Amino acid sequence: MKQETIKAETIEMTYREAVRQALRDAIKRDERVFLMGEDVGRYGGCYAVSHGLLAEFGPERIRDTPLSESGFTGAGIGAAMAGMRPIVELMTVNFSLLALDQILNTAAAVRHMSGNQFGVPLVIRMATGAGRQLAAQHSHSLEGWYAHIPGIKVLAPATLEDGRGMLWTALQDPDPVLIFENVMLYNMTGKIAADAGPVDIDKAAVRRPGRDISLITYGGSLWKTLEAATALAAENIEAEVIDLRSLRPLDDATIMASVAKTRHAVIIDEGWRSGSLAAEVGMRIVEEAFWALDAPIGRVCSEEVPIPYPRHLENAAIPQASKIIAAAKSALGRA
Amino acid sequence: MVDFRMPSLGADMDAGTLVEWLVKPGDWVKRGDVVAVVETQKGAIEIETYQPGQIEKFLVELNSKVPVGTPLAQIRTEGEAKPAAVAPAPPPAPPVAPPRAAPAAPPITPPVVTPVRAPSPPPVAPAAVAGARASPAARKLAEERGIDLSTVTGSGPGGAITYADVEQRVSAVAAPPEKKRPPGLDLDAMRTAIAAAMARSKREIPHYYLEHQVDVTASEHWLAQKNATLPPDTRVLFGALPIKGVALAARRYPAFNGFYRDNKFEPAQAVHVGVAIAIRGGGLTAPALHDADQLSLDDLMSRMRDLIQRTRAGRIRSSEMSDPTITVSSLGERGVEALYGIIYPPQVAIVGIGKVVTRPWVIDGAIGPRSVITMTLSGDHRVTDGHAGALFLAEIGKLLQEPEKL
Repeated sequence: MKQETIKAETIEMTYREAVRQALRDAIKRDERVFLMGEDVGRYGGCYAVSHGLLAEFGPERIRDTPLSESGFTGAGIGAAMAGMRPIVELMTVNFSLLALDQILNTAAAVRHMSGNQFGVPLVIRMATGAGRQLAAQHSHSLEGWYAHIPGIKVLAPATLEDGRGMLWTALQDPDPVLIFENVMLYNMTGKIAADAGPVDIDKAAVRRPGRDISLITYGGSLWKTLEAATALAAENIEAEVIDLRSLRPLDDATIMASVAKTRHAVIIDEGWRSGSLAAEVGMRIVEEAFWALDAPIGRVCSEEVPIPYPRHLENAAIPQASKIIAAAKSALGRA
Repeated sequence: MVDFRMPSLGADMDAGTLVEWLVKPGDWVKRGDVVAVVETQKGAIEIETYQPGQIEKFLVELNSKVPVGTPLAQIRTEGEAKPAAVAPAPPPAPPVAPPRAAPAAPPITPPVVTPVRAPSPPPVAPAAVAGARASPAARKLAEERGIDLSTVTGSGPGGAITYADVEQRVSAVAAPPEKKRPPGLDLDAMRTAIAAAMARSKREIPHYYLEHQVDVTASEHWLAQKNATLPPDTRVLFGALPIKGVALAARRYPAFNGFYRDNKFEPAQAVHVGVAIAIRGGGLTAPALHDADQLSLDDLMSRMRDLIQRTRAGRIRSSEMSDPTITVSSLGERGVEALYGIIYPPQVAIVGIGKVVTRPWVIDGAIGPRSVITMTLSGDHRVTDGHAGALFLAEIGKLLQEPEKL
């Protein structure tokens, strides 16, 4: 992993800035790349990710669109099929449902439908997750739904390095790649190598090694899970934290290697529990590592309600470190 | 072709060590022949075959410890043609589990199940723990290391057996490192077995206790007369009389003769009286006198002598270990007047016989010295009530007062 490379020079930046650098870098390196979406230009992006890029690169490369997710996602698909490398930004995963037809029925299917004559080398970025009191139409975590779709890749960058490095690798992919940026990460500050660059997009990462239990997560939940792991360590429970990074395809080898070692697993997923990505990961563990399991697999997911507006209810609805700690202890019979 | 399997010789037995073959491949055996010696917690047991035929081949090496139900040898039944060159390969004997690859892509290989609970030929006691809850990791480790999960205490949620529990058991089993002990009685192991069986009995069986004093003066006189004409080594000891009495009474009251299994009582067809035999150094076992109700007193006595001798030498037959249908325990020789026994599961009754004491006794309105014993019955209240128990005890008492009927 990037973070393990020892670089003499590191700089401090936010996740938002890391993503912006990735956009800037891609636009500079490849003239076919452009960014398109609602408020990405003059407003600087609803989460200020593209702030300043319009001034730097002009309206050809940073394109404001009408409030029509289906329309501009379709335009991005067409541009990609015609040889461009568009980056489409959707404000939130909730709004992406308006473009779901384009994504599922067109972007993911064109290579198959055209007998491999056309591909859609499109990157779609969108914000996901709760925690900013944006209520039940802006706060959901539906990346697990997208991970259901063959024909696309689904990424969840949770670190500065992945926010900085996944975009370029995704742009090199001949097929659609969806990148889910958790809204709680944008303000996260950390150190990153000054020359950080592209990273792989098909491997899960062990963010913390441990011997007792595998805590498998991705995106915004990674940091809560690491916090939980630190607390568990104080009680002599050494948790291994796996960051999935890629939700489709899943890196089964890393997951199974960890579970084979710890024999216990809890999956942390901000999606709703029923039919969640956590369910898929859990089932794969049962399929591939059943004989390594020493306890039932646990899950920490969101409560099955529309994400509430009030802060205390919103916090109660989604995974938190306390819930992760409880689930880990329960799986270890130490509840 | 029939498998000759490691039998279960009691509720407490999970595995046994094959120490000796008393036959060789090619030998013809008939039902009841002793074919092998197996060492268990109770000592070396001679194992009989229930299947007549010709010994085809041995499947387990000497001195290997295998779970109950493991095929030890193959027996060709009469009329079965000798196969051409290639015989169907027997299933590999556990505990050697086939190696399984580390978690790989589509691991569809069905789990190899060690036939730990495979039914063994004779009807035997059910396992103490039916279907223990155990994690997959614990099951796999147990299979690899030849550990019977019913011997493992679970520390997980709801008593589930975890990987660590099996690990602990593995090291416990491995702990006494291959001490070269001659086949015979392992008193420590026997103590463990007694502990398990008795704890289970007190946990599961609601005992009730009855006591009955019997005037055995007539029996003593009758026995003295009978023995007067016999050489010392064939004389009948008083202890044989209550055993015969219990056997006859059990025939008349079948609710005391049999097994309580799977929540119901199964009366036994035959009366095999288990005789509690103390072993020097602190062991106890109760092998069966088969068909005790059918034996003459002389036969019963000689069988009892043989049984006691072989038990103390550590050579009991498998069927004797596994099938007593009721038990008699006598502590009279030790000077005890009454004993209240603990039922040996899955049996449903145990009769205790105290020593013969001379007491003032009322006969026909006058007080006189009489020889009296105290008999007790510990009964399983799930099967019988005190009323039936009283009738059963009274029947034994009646028989002891009419010894010529024994």
